[in-house]
Order: sequence, then structure tokens, then C-alpha cells
Amino acid sequence: MAATLPPPRLLPSGDSAVTVEFSRTIDDDANQRVLALDKALTAAPIDGITETVPTYRSLLVHYDPGKIGFDALGEKILPIATRPLPPVTKARRWRIPVAYGGEHGIDLEDVAKTLGTTPDDIVIRHSGGDYKVAMIGFTPGWSYLSGLDKFLHLSRRQSPRLLTPAGTISIGGVQAGIQCLAAPSGWHLLGRTPVRTYQLHRDPTFLTEPGDRVTFYAIDHKTFEDMDRAAEAGEIVAEQVDA
Amino acid sequence: MSRLVVASIGPASSVQDGGRYGAQRYGLTVSGAMDRLSLAAANTLVGNEPFAAAVEIGPFGASFTARDGAVRLAISGAPRNADVAGSPVAMDSSVTLKDGQTLTLGFARGGAFTYLAIEGAIKGEKVFGSLAVNARAGLGSPYPRPLQAGDEFTVDAASGAEELRIELPKPATGPIRVLLGPQDDEFDDANKALFLDSEWKISATSDRMGYRLEGPAIKHLHGHNIVSDGTVNGSIQVPGNGAPIALMMDRGTSGGYPKIATVITADIGRLAQTSAGTAFRFKAVSMAEAQDEARKFAQAIRSLPDRLRSSDIVALNIEALSDANVAGYAVSAVDAGTWQVTAEP
Repeated sequence: MAATLPPPRLLPSGDSAVTVEFSRTIDDDANQRVLALDKALTAAPIDGITETVPTYRSLLVHYDPGKIGFDALGEKILPIATRPLPPVTKARRWRIPVAYGGEHGIDLEDVAKTLGTTPDDIVIRHSGGDYKVAMIGFTPGWSYLSGLDKFLHLSRRQSPRLLTPAGTISIGGVQAGIQCLAAPSGWHLLGRTPVRTYQLHRDPTFLTEPGDRVTFYAIDHKTFEDMDRAAEAGEIVAEQVDA
Repeated sequence: MSRLVVASIGPASSVQDGGRYGAQRYGLTVSGAMDRLSLAAANTLVGNEPFAAAVEIGPFGASFTARDGAVRLAISGAPRNADVAGSPVAMDSSVTLKDGQTLTLGFARGGAFTYLAIEGAIKGEKVFGSLAVNARAGLGSPYPRPLQAGDEFTVDAASGAEELRIELPKPATGPIRVLLGPQDDEFDDANKALFLDSEWKISATSDRMGYRLEGPAIKHLHGHNIVSDGTVNGSIQVPGNGAPIALMMDRGTSGGYPKIATVITADIGRLAQTSAGTAFRFKAVSMAEAQDEARKFAQAIRSLPDRLRSSDIVALNIEALSDANVAGYAVSAVDAGTWQVTAEP
């Protein structure tokens, strides 16, 4: 029998949810354990769990305290969470077009200045990355990506902006993101994509899944307008390739 | 079928129900009523399921007119003056509008949200099991946005059932109870104490997404960037400026600021009904107490039908009396229509 993995921390998120935390930092192994626990709890549900939400380094487990208490739930989760990881399955890859800078990426110049380089260098570094969808959260389709170039790691803004545009491509801390809907954000805005990772009456409604790979490529603002119209009409406009 | 027409309505008013659960893993916000107990009370009064879709009315006034037949309604939540054709309607009671009659609601006299339930409930196309409005995601039915004057609902014709009132459990008073965590270890003891011992006020810039708290700045132990992780209703996150934000029903499903504490389920509605500018405190409780309170809260909602009473006895305007008493006046409750207010010495 394979050795078990170190136990995660069980952090109370109020009286009806527990954060099962595998790591404090972004860590691919931790993310794989999150996704594996999520799959295991879907395959063999524990009575009282109402919903699970995978994130970078923890699985948020919502439950009904009328059915199961915090301690009893923890005792059931721990043996599953410490099982050895199943083998990795092949991922799909999305190529996502981005119009960088100008009105679409209002922080590009400031980010370049702060990091002591040029906007072009930021674009090359950002679009040159090989990313993984670590989680989807905050607002529908907002895909959080791991794999951001260390040079681009930058503290979030002190005060979040109350509204940032749909399709925003941004960076925050050690993370990169694809934002689908207009929303508040404390991240730095580098550009915009016409791709909708969430579109209500499209099949599929949600484009990305945790575990998908992502690369970016630069498009000019005219191409953005054309693709944006196509996307509005229901086209996916992101290219899917085998990873 | 009858129609209920929104004759006038203020901002922050929308159709809400128990919320949209099951797709938080895709970032789909739960939405739903800010004060679940009041939603359930209003629905119970007209015989609906407790978390059926109803109108959540923001702090300003509103009026609704019945067309093509009678409509039976009920109101619960933030107290306000209400009348139909000049006759007062008590909070926590049902009322039937005859064809052409209008229910007029004044400003909230404390609190923020009042729930207007309609017999037979609001009808629409559910997405992920809910009609709740989530304007940012373009979700909600029949209108995927806050309500406007002229909007209308197609509703069941009034059943003619006797009018009811509901005797709600005495609301908890005192501090808003929280469980520390999940990231209370991102704060030192002095800052945790500062959070728990200080007086807070809700900022006027608050909304269904989050209540911004005004008070002392809370400092982080290791800075304000954590790796984004999941949020729940009532998560209290502390961004870089040190001003905590209590995440409410339209919250993002994940967030990247450390969460010092989480409001317990039983007190989320109380926090939601705390008016901007009103001073309040937090109090940390144990997991055992929080889960016990959550179970009691669920039981209180289940037992609402047992609290229904016939409304054909003298309807006192309890809220108005209570408001006046709180304000330092003694009030005679004998004559509800012409009650006297006497200043205490």
C-alpha cells in the first residue's frame, strides 16, 4: 500500500463550510491534490456536503451543519485527502487572443515602469507564459492561472477598483487571470480578450475547467473588435489544441 | 391570472429567492435574499415555500398595483409605513389588493430590506435553480436586473384566504457573532483584538456584494496578498487599506485578501439589516455555539407556519411603537390609530 500524503489543514469558514488547505502558496502539487479531492468527493459523496469549490491550494467544502458537524466532517475528509494522487490525465489547451495596452490594458505602462522595463517586454513575458487553470472563481468564468513569469509578480493595488471591464486580462501577486464579466478588481490590467469564458445561452456555458492549459497571443485592436462581435454572437473564438 | 405592476420603486430592489447554489465552482455567485428569515416569513404568510422568489425592496419607498384581478401579498423585514387606499397595513402580515388597488410602502425606518411576497410566488425561468437577480452576470427572472417602475409580474389571482399575521421570534440583539478564520493567522493578537473590540459602522458605499466597514485600520502580519481561495456568505476580508469588507450574497466566490473571520449563519440577516452609519460590534463565538445557532436558525424557518395568526384582532403598529420607545418616548399602545407620544422626563 502506498504511503499517505501529509494531511491538509482544516480551516473553519464559518459554521457551514470548511477550507481544506493543502498549501499556503501556489503549488502545482497542492493544486493537483485539490482537484483529486474534489473528484473523490464527487464520486463518493459524504452526506451533508452541499457543494465543493476547488481553488489553487484548497478545497472549500460547503456543508449543512444540521446534517454533519465540523469535527465529524473533518474525520471523513482527512483519509480521502491524504490518499496518494491518481495518475495525471491529459489536459486540453486554449489559445486566448489578447489586445494589450491602450484603453484595453490601462495598467500596462505603469506595470512596465514599476518593473523597470518596457510595455513590449511585459507583453512578451505575459504572452510567452505556459499557464494552467488552477481554479475558477470570484465571478462566473474568471479563470485564475498558475505559471506567471516570476518577473511579473507584483503586489495587488492598495485599493481595489470598483469596476473593471469584461474580458480583462490581468495579473495580481503571483497569479494571472482571464476575467469574463465586468467586476471590481485589485489586479493590474494588461489587456482584454474577446473570449467569453462564460456565456449563458452558449454550449458550453463555461468554457474553461480547472486543469486546462492556457497560452496567450497578441492581437491588434481592430482584430479585437471583429472577434468581439463574433464572440457576442456565440462563437468561442478561442482556439482549442491538445496540450 | 392577475398582474402586479411596479408603480414606483427605488434602487437596490430586485427579485430574490433562496439563492443559486451548485455552480460556485465556476464562479457563479449565489445571490438570494440578504435577510433569509424575513423572506421566509413573507412567503409563509401567503402559503409559499419559505425561499420562493419575492421582491426584495431596498431602503427607499415603493408601490405596487394589482391589475386584471385581485392579488394577495405579504410584507416582512425592515419596518416601514405601508397602506392600501389609506388603510395601514402592518408589517409581518398579509393583505389582498383588489383589482386597481395600490400597496404603498414608505422608506425603511431602520434596516434596509423589506420582502414583498406574492401568493403563488413570482414566476419566471430558473437558471441553476433560481430566479434571483445577479445583475453582474445577467441572471435573474423575469427581469435580470434591479426592478424599475413599469415592470410587472404575472401572478396567481388571489385565493381569498383569510389574512394572516406572523409572530416572529424575538430578534437577537447585541454584537454580530463571528467565527474567527479561515485566515485569522494572517493577523497578530493585537489586530484580532482590535477587530473584536472596536465599534464598526457600515459604509454608505456598501451593496449586496459586500458591506464595507468603517473603523480602525486592521494590519496584516504578512501583507494583504494571499493566494485567492473560496469565500462564503459572511466572510470578512481585509484588503490592503485595512478596512474590512463583509462579503454578502452577491460576493465573488473567491477572493485574495485574508479573511479574519466569518459572520455566523444566524447573524448574516441581522448584519444585512444594519443601517449604514449605525454603530455595532463583533463577538467571537465557538464552532459549537455557531453550529448550534445555525441549527436553531434553520429550525426557526421550518417552524414559521406554526407562528401564523389570524389578523382580525386589533393591528397595532408595533414597529412604530418600538421605534418611538427606542427613541426615548413612552408610547400608549391602547389606541393604535391615534396613539399618544409623551416625552419622558
